[in-house]
Amino acid sequence: MWTWFYRLASPPYVYGFVGPAIPWLLAAAACLIGYGLVAGLVFAPPDYQQGDAFRIIYVHAPSAWLSLCAYTTMAVAGAIGLVWRIKIGFAVAAAAAPIGASFTLVALVTGALWGRPMWGTYWAWDPRLTSELILLFLYFGVMSLRRALDDAARGDRAAALLAIVGVVNVPIIHFSVQWWNSLHQGATVMKFGKSQMPGSMLLPLLAMLCGFMIFFVAVLCQRLRAELLMRERLAVWVREAIRT
Amino acid sequence: MTVNISAAAAVILQRELLLGFRRPDQLLQPLVFFLIVTTLFPLALSAQLSLLRDMAPGVLWVSALLASLLSIDVLFKGDADDGTLEQLVLSGVPLGVIVIVKTLAHWLVSGAALVVVSPLVAMALGIPFGAFGTMMLSLALGTLTLSWLGAIGAALTVGLRRGSMLLSLIVLPLASPLLIFGASATDRAITGSGSAGALYLLAALCVLTSTLAPLAIAAALRITLE
Repeated sequence: MWTWFYRLASPPYVYGFVGPAIPWLLAAAACLIGYGLVAGLVFAPPDYQQGDAFRIIYVHAPSAWLSLCAYTTMAVAGAIGLVWRIKIGFAVAAAAAPIGASFTLVALVTGALWGRPMWGTYWAWDPRLTSELILLFLYFGVMSLRRALDDAARGDRAAALLAIVGVVNVPIIHFSVQWWNSLHQGATVMKFGKSQMPGSMLLPLLAMLCGFMIFFVAVLCQRLRAELLMRERLAVWVREAIRT
Repeated sequence: MTVNISAAAAVILQRELLLGFRRPDQLLQPLVFFLIVTTLFPLALSAQLSLLRDMAPGVLWVSALLASLLSIDVLFKGDADDGTLEQLVLSGVPLGVIVIVKTLAHWLVSGAALVVVSPLVAMALGIPFGAFGTMMLSLALGTLTLSWLGAIGAALTVGLRRGSMLLSLIVLPLASPLLIFGASATDRAITGSGSAGALYLLAALCVLTSTLAPLAIAAALRITLE
């Protein structure tokens, strides 16, 4: 029963296993994001306070959420690699880092564009904005540490350790709007109890969230395949995989 | 072979302190750096004492952060270059104990010394005498926390030839909560509003890093040394 689980630690198996899934994932992501964009940008009613400007939430919130999600993925995958010495864990961590950094950058840029009409400024030294910026620096630190060490295996493990240490920042970002009196608006979707958003606004946002997540998984799989080919370039299965 | 841990810790502490005091310039350089950086701010911004007093906590803390980053760079480097570190790892003493003693010894000769000279800088920046106690306490807690965080970075970059830039890139994001609470404790002491809350948070950060960082430092050393 557990053999399929053990096989997940084998690079050729994972390489072959994730390949066919990518088109399906991309198609699902395209459907969800397509629905979310049309419903969110065209059909959802304008906000009573922010007018049409609130619509950037359909890109901003999912990417901010994914920036934390990707970091957690990176840290957990790194921990799996460190504890059980599984090569796939390090490959996943290495593949997730640039994607997470991109999502963080998108969240920061869309947030700045949203902040301009709402707060009158592109940037404010606010807890949530600052901690998100620190998240970006953490991503940079992890990525450069991995590249800096000459030995690839040691670079992987050092970067994994740093990612685990940096995990303390994730709850700080998530709860920053509750802990500090912040300019950034509080949580409206991800909280216990009833959501404060009407369905016509919420449904596209949830679709975008799911779409972004599936998109993240698809890109992660693609990057993982490339990462595995590069890491195992001396192995026989890579030569066979490239030949076919 | 069994090793008496406390005896080993005492020997390592003695060795570290001896090495520190044998090279007085290495001891003084971070302090002089701290003084110079704090001098730069009034030169670059404004020499008005009222303005300086508003900026003083930030200036003090940023300078302390940079000075302790500068000095933590060499924490494991010398021992790694001449093979002492590998001998220590193989000695049978738990690596966690070794890194705790080494980091504490480093803090004694760098962080504690920085706390001692901080009143000099505080006076020049126009911080009132009444705030000195809180300021020194917050700096003592802060530099110790910084030593733990910096030691993680130093252990991760120990094998690199030019790792000091990367060390800053790794440690500075982790140190930012510390900077926020430390500067706010000093600021509140100057303005006279209660600084206890910020001090408690600093102490909590100090306890958190003192307990968890040795594990991370030991793990990082095992990775970079193997």
